[in-house]
Amino acid sequence: MKSVMGGNALRIRAIAIVCLAGLLAACGTSGDSSSGTNTASAPGITATTITIGSTQPLTGRAAPGYSEISPSSNAYFNYVNDHGGINGRKITYYYYDDGYNPTNTASLTRKLILEDKVFAMFSALGTPTHLAVVDYINSQKVPDLFVSSGCNCWNDVSNHPYTFGWQPDYTIEGKILGQYIQKSLGGKKVGYFYQNDEFGTDGVKGLDAQLGASSVPDASRQNYVPTNTNIGPQIAALKASGAEVVVSFSIPAFTALALLGAAKLGYHPIWVVSNVGSDVTTLTGLLKNFSKGAVGGALLGGMVTDAYLPLTGDSANPWISLFKGIHDKYVSNLPWDGNVLYGMAQAYTFVQAMKAAGRNPTRASFVKALETTKLSGGPGLAPLGFSSSNHLGFLGVQIYTIAADGTQTTTGPVYTSSDSGPISQYSGSASTPPANGIP
Amino acid sequence: MVAVQSRLDRLVRPTFGRHLLFALAAAVVLLLLSSQIGAYDDYNLTAVAIFAVAAAGLNLLTGLNGQLSLGHGALMAIGAYTASLLLKDHRQLPVIVVLLAAVLSTGVIGIGFGYAAARLRGPYLAGATLTLAVAIPQVATRYKSIFGGESGLTVAPSSPPDWLGADFPPERWLAWIAFAAAIVTMVLLANLLRGAPGRAFKAVRDNEAAAALAGINVARTQVLAFVVSAACAGLAGALLAYWTGVTAPAGFTLALSLQLITAIVIGGLGSLAGAVWGSLVLVFVPLLTSGMASRLSLPSSVADNLPLAIYGCILVIAMLVAPHGIQGALRRILAYGRARWGNTPGGGQKGVVDWDDPAPDT
Repeated sequence: MKSVMGGNALRIRAIAIVCLAGLLAACGTSGDSSSGTNTASAPGITATTITIGSTQPLTGRAAPGYSEISPSSNAYFNYVNDHGGINGRKITYYYYDDGYNPTNTASLTRKLILEDKVFAMFSALGTPTHLAVVDYINSQKVPDLFVSSGCNCWNDVSNHPYTFGWQPDYTIEGKILGQYIQKSLGGKKVGYFYQNDEFGTDGVKGLDAQLGASSVPDASRQNYVPTNTNIGPQIAALKASGAEVVVSFSIPAFTALALLGAAKLGYHPIWVVSNVGSDVTTLTGLLKNFSKGAVGGALLGGMVTDAYLPLTGDSANPWISLFKGIHDKYVSNLPWDGNVLYGMAQAYTFVQAMKAAGRNPTRASFVKALETTKLSGGPGLAPLGFSSSNHLGFLGVQIYTIAADGTQTTTGPVYTSSDSGPISQYSGSASTPPANGIP
Repeated sequence: MVAVQSRLDRLVRPTFGRHLLFALAAAVVLLLLSSQIGAYDDYNLTAVAIFAVAAAGLNLLTGLNGQLSLGHGALMAIGAYTASLLLKDHRQLPVIVVLLAAVLSTGVIGIGFGYAAARLRGPYLAGATLTLAVAIPQVATRYKSIFGGESGLTVAPSSPPDWLGADFPPERWLAWIAFAAAIVTMVLLANLLRGAPGRAFKAVRDNEAAAALAGINVARTQVLAFVVSAACAGLAGALLAYWTGVTAPAGFTLALSLQLITAIVIGGLGSLAGAVWGSLVLVFVPLLTSGMASRLSLPSSVADNLPLAIYGCILVIAMLVAPHGIQGALRRILAYGRARWGNTPGGGQKGVVDWDDPAPDT
C-alpha cells in the first residue's frame, strides 16, 4: 500500500512539473489508462515514438558474435513498427559502439540520456562496461532494462531500483552445469577455465556450490584476462592436472582459443561451456579464423552447454520460425545464430513490458508495471522472475550437447534455481507465440 | 632582499602577469559558457579539459623535449587508480586532496621512469614506454583484491557544494573542477616553458651535444621534463576517474596513449594551445560519428566500422592539410595576414610570407 502511495506522489509531482513548464495540454491526459490518446508521458516517449538506447561492443575484442545482438533487436523493433508499433508508437533504437571500454560507455550513456533523451536503456552489454554507468543511470531514474550480462550485480533492487537483468545469472548457470557433471560425468576429474572477472568468478561460485569447492584443486582452476590472448600456459596446466572435464566460463573468442590450445597439446577433455561462450556459428567462424582454416566446427564435437532459449536449429519450434522469418526479412546479412536469437528475444520482452505499462507510461510507472505484471517468458524455456524484490530475468536453463557436425540436442528437463536456493525441475510448458508475432 | 625582489619581479612581469590575465579571461569565458549549455555539453567539455591536461604534459615531453612516450595512458591509469583507491568504499575526500595525491603519486613514478628514460633514445625510449602502457593495466587484473580486476573500482561523483543549490547539475560542477585544473596546469606549464627550464628543454631536443656544451645538464633536464609530464598525466587520470565513474584496465589500453599522441600531432607539436585543439578533435569527432551504426541502413559489418574509418580519414586529411597541426596552421594564417597587411615583426618584407613567423614549434 505504501509503495502505491509513493507511486502516486511521484506521479503528482511529475504532473505538477509538467504543468509548471506550461504544457497544460499534455498534463490534462497524462496517466496510465490503456485507452485514450497518446501523450508525451515521459522523456523519450512522444505521441508517435518511443526512443530507447544501448551501448554495445560493435568493434573490438568482444565484438565477434555480440555485435549481432543490437541489429537483431532493431530488426524485431522494425518488424513491430511495420505492424503498427506499440499502441501506435514506433520504436527508435539507438545503439552506440563502446568497444567494450568503460570510458566510452560512460560518455555514450550520458549522450543517450542527456542528449538523445531516451526513455530507457536497453540491452547494454558487458559487466565491466555497464558497472561504470549503473549508478549514474539509476541516479537519473532511467529504466535500465535487460542488461546483456549474467552478472548477479544487476539484481540489486535497493541500490539499483531501475536496473533489470534478463539472462539467467552465471551462478545459477554454474550450479545447473555442476549438477549435470555430477549426474552424467560423475567420477571424472574436473577443471575450470574462467574469465577473471564477475562473469567467471560468479560461474565458479555456482560450480563450487554444486560440486564442492574441495573437489577441484587449485591446479585445476585456471583463469584468463580478456586482454591477453596467450592462454597456452593455462591449458597446459589443466592438462598437467589431469582434468578430464573442463568447465569454461569464457567469451566466444577465448572458448575458441582454449579449444585450439588444447588440440595443439593433444589434450581432449570434455568441454562444458557457459551459454555466452558456446554459440556454434560464432565458434566455428572463430576456429576457422584463428587456425587459418586448418580446423573448424569439428572441434566442437561433444561439447556440453546450456540454453534458456530454444535452439536455433530447432525449426519445429514456433518461436524459431517466427524469429528466423524476421531475420531473413530484416537482417539477412547476419548469420542466423544464437546472438541474433538473443537480440530478438530481448526485444520481444521489451515490447511485452511496454505493453504491460499501459498507453502513457512514465519511467516510474513502467518499472512498477514490470515488477507487478507476470510476463510470460516468451521464447524463454524457463519463466521470467521479475518482481519488486527480484530484478533477475530467466530463472533457469536446459543442458544441451553439440555434435561434431554442429547438431545441437537438448538433454534432460529445464531446471530453475536462485543464487542460494536449491535446483528444481521446471514443470511449466513452453509458451507459443501470438499469431502476428507481437505480444 | 634585493635579489628576492628582482626574482619576484622576473616571475610576475611581464610574462607571468600576462599568463595570469589570459587564464582569468579563459576562466570567465568557460564559466559563462558552461552555464549556458546543457549538462551533456558540459560533460564533453570536461573531457576536453581532461585530455588537454594530459596532452599538454605529453606535448611538453614530446614536442618540446623530444622524448616520445607511448606510455602516457598508463601514467593516467596510475593517477586514476590513486584517486579511485582514495575514494574506495564511498570514502569522502575533498577533490583537491584527491587530485594532488594523484599528481604526487604519478610524479614519483615519473621520477623513477624518467631516470630510465633519460638513458634511452628514439625507438628504444618508445619501446620502454610502450611496456609501461602494456604492463600497467595487467597489474590491475593481477592484484584483483586491491584494484578490482577487470571490472575495476567505482568512483562516486563529487557532488556540488550546497551553496550552488540543489538543482545544480553535477556535470557542470565536474566541468568547473576540470576547467580549474586545466587552467592552473596551463599557467604553470606556460610559465615553466617561458623560463630557463623551457629553453633547456628545447636546447636538449634540438641538439644534446650543443646543449651540454652550453652548460645544460642533459639528463637532469630530461628527467625534469618526464616528471612534469607524468604529473600532468596523473592529474588528468584522476579527473578521468571522476568523469567515467569507474577505473578499469579496459579504459587505459594502448589506444589511450596513442590517442594522446594523436591529439598533440593534430593539435600542433610543442605548443600548449595545440594540446587544447587536439583534445577538442579527440572528444568531438568520435561523437559526430558514434550514432551511425544504428541510424544508417547499411550492413552492420560496414556500419559498425564506419565511425573508425571516418575518424581515420579525418586524421589523414588533417595531417595533409595542416602538417604542423591546427596550431601550426593558425600561425601560418596569421603569418600570411601579417605579410599581406603589414606589421611584420622580425623585419620581414611586406608581401612576402615568412612561414616561420614564428617557427611552428616554439
